Amino acid sequence: MHNTLVIIKKELKDTLKNKTVLIQFLMFPVMTLIMENAVKVPDMPEFFFTKLFSVMYMGMAPLTSVASIISEEKEKNTLRVLMMANVKPWEYIAGIGFYVWALCMAGAGIMATGLPSSVIPFYLGIMAVGFMISITMGACIGIFSANQMTATSLFMPVMLVFSFAPMLAMFNDKIEKVAWIFYTQQLRILMNRMSFDGIRPEAVLTVALNGALALLLFFAAFKKKGLE
Amino acid sequence: MIRANRICKSFAGKEVLSGIDLDIKPGMIFGLLGPSGAGKTTLIKVITGQLDSDSGNVSVFGKNVSDLTGTDKKQIGIMMDEHGVYERLSCTDNLKVFADIYGISHSKIMPALEEVGLKEAAGKPAMKLSKGMRARLRLARVFMVSPKLIFLDEPTSGLDPMTMKYIHKLILSRKAAGCTVFLTTHNMEEAAALCDEVALLNEGKIVDKGNPSDICRRYDYKRTVSIHLKTGEDLNLDYSEGSADRICALLRQGMIETIHSSEPTLETVFIELTGRNLESDAEVRYA
Repeated sequence: MHNTLVIIKKELKDTLKNKTVLIQFLMFPVMTLIMENAVKVPDMPEFFFTKLFSVMYMGMAPLTSVASIISEEKEKNTLRVLMMANVKPWEYIAGIGFYVWALCMAGAGIMATGLPSSVIPFYLGIMAVGFMISITMGACIGIFSANQMTATSLFMPVMLVFSFAPMLAMFNDKIEKVAWIFYTQQLRILMNRMSFDGIRPEAVLTVALNGALALLLFFAAFKKKGLE
Repeated sequence: MIRANRICKSFAGKEVLSGIDLDIKPGMIFGLLGPSGAGKTTLIKVITGQLDSDSGNVSVFGKNVSDLTGTDKKQIGIMMDEHGVYERLSCTDNLKVFADIYGISHSKIMPALEEVGLKEAAGKPAMKLSKGMRARLRLARVFMVSPKLIFLDEPTSGLDPMTMKYIHKLILSRKAAGCTVFLTTHNMEEAAALCDEVALLNEGKIVDKGNPSDICRRYDYKRTVSIHLKTGEDLNLDYSEGSADRICALLRQGMIETIHSSEPTLETVFIELTGRNLESDAEVRYA
């Protein structure tokens, strides 16, 4: 636990100096605030930009940042130094995972400022689940990649599928049929209903299956590659 | 401090370490010498528990390496050639991370940076440091913890002579403070200047070990004295009573410009034993 807190502290300092990671955390919350306040189109669904960008945010920011952080530490051999300082792999993963999750939740909190207070708990709950699955997937990619270049080539297609499929599904029925199996699409549907009463079993099952698959891949990657 | 018994390690069918035996006493600087690819880094990794050996056993602090506890591991400082630093963080912040992990007071950070000559660069991001400064930062990271056992893998490779000398001074100061140092290098001068005992490693096997001077004396087959006279003449005299009388006479007459015994250097011993040249391998590596 102590080492996990050290990792969180270290990441906090590092992120403030790492513009490429920092921008991923800030881009969607800032864009949401701007678009929700600047663009007013007749018949546009309520909180259109908040919902649209939220799904993109949950599929993009945690996945890419976790994969980038882990693969950079592997490439620069700082992860090995941490392991030799008796930081356990789970302490490291927990530190990075919690840090990214907390930062993304803070971003989601900013995005939620335009929503009615009654739906904010539901909205943050949905975002929290989405972030956790994306973080697990990002960790899989980070563990599997020996360096940042490999990580980028792996997370780009994965991130594009998870973050853009729900948006494209709004305009194309065929894509919607395929996107249905992704957790981001199911969470987008739940977000459209914006109520705990609107949660359907098939959505829960799909999200749970996505989460289980991410965990399975994570353990398989960890067993095969470890953190070295 | 470290005892290794018949360590063997292979990668993809290629034997990298073959029956390595070591016995390193507390408070000594032990040098593992060998060309690139001899197995030096692999041996460090096995001894520090980063790699499992295929056979044989290693004990550190009197315990099997696999039984070392977290507290034991905190007594070990490791500086590997390949180890990185956090590029965007300052020197101070880099050390803070490890001070927090080891539970060391932050008040030890500045003295550690001062010790390695990085006090002025304390607030500088690591990415802006030169190669020599980075090496010193990595040393500060190790020294700050005040470990009992320090592993230094090629600590001066690729550094300029001034930085190299500075690092030698730091290593000797650690020895004076009671640390045991395990050093790998392909630099024979470095080994001769620093080490109490060396092992010559070639293709995964220790070809000889002992005190550097003892090794050199052991391979002194020529047993001659070379004298350069002020007249420009060169003399090679064997170890005999007659030669001793002649040398005394030359000294009395003030004829001698330089005088050297024929004992080989570690470099020439290594070449004799293995047919390989350490420095040329190193040059290829840094070419």
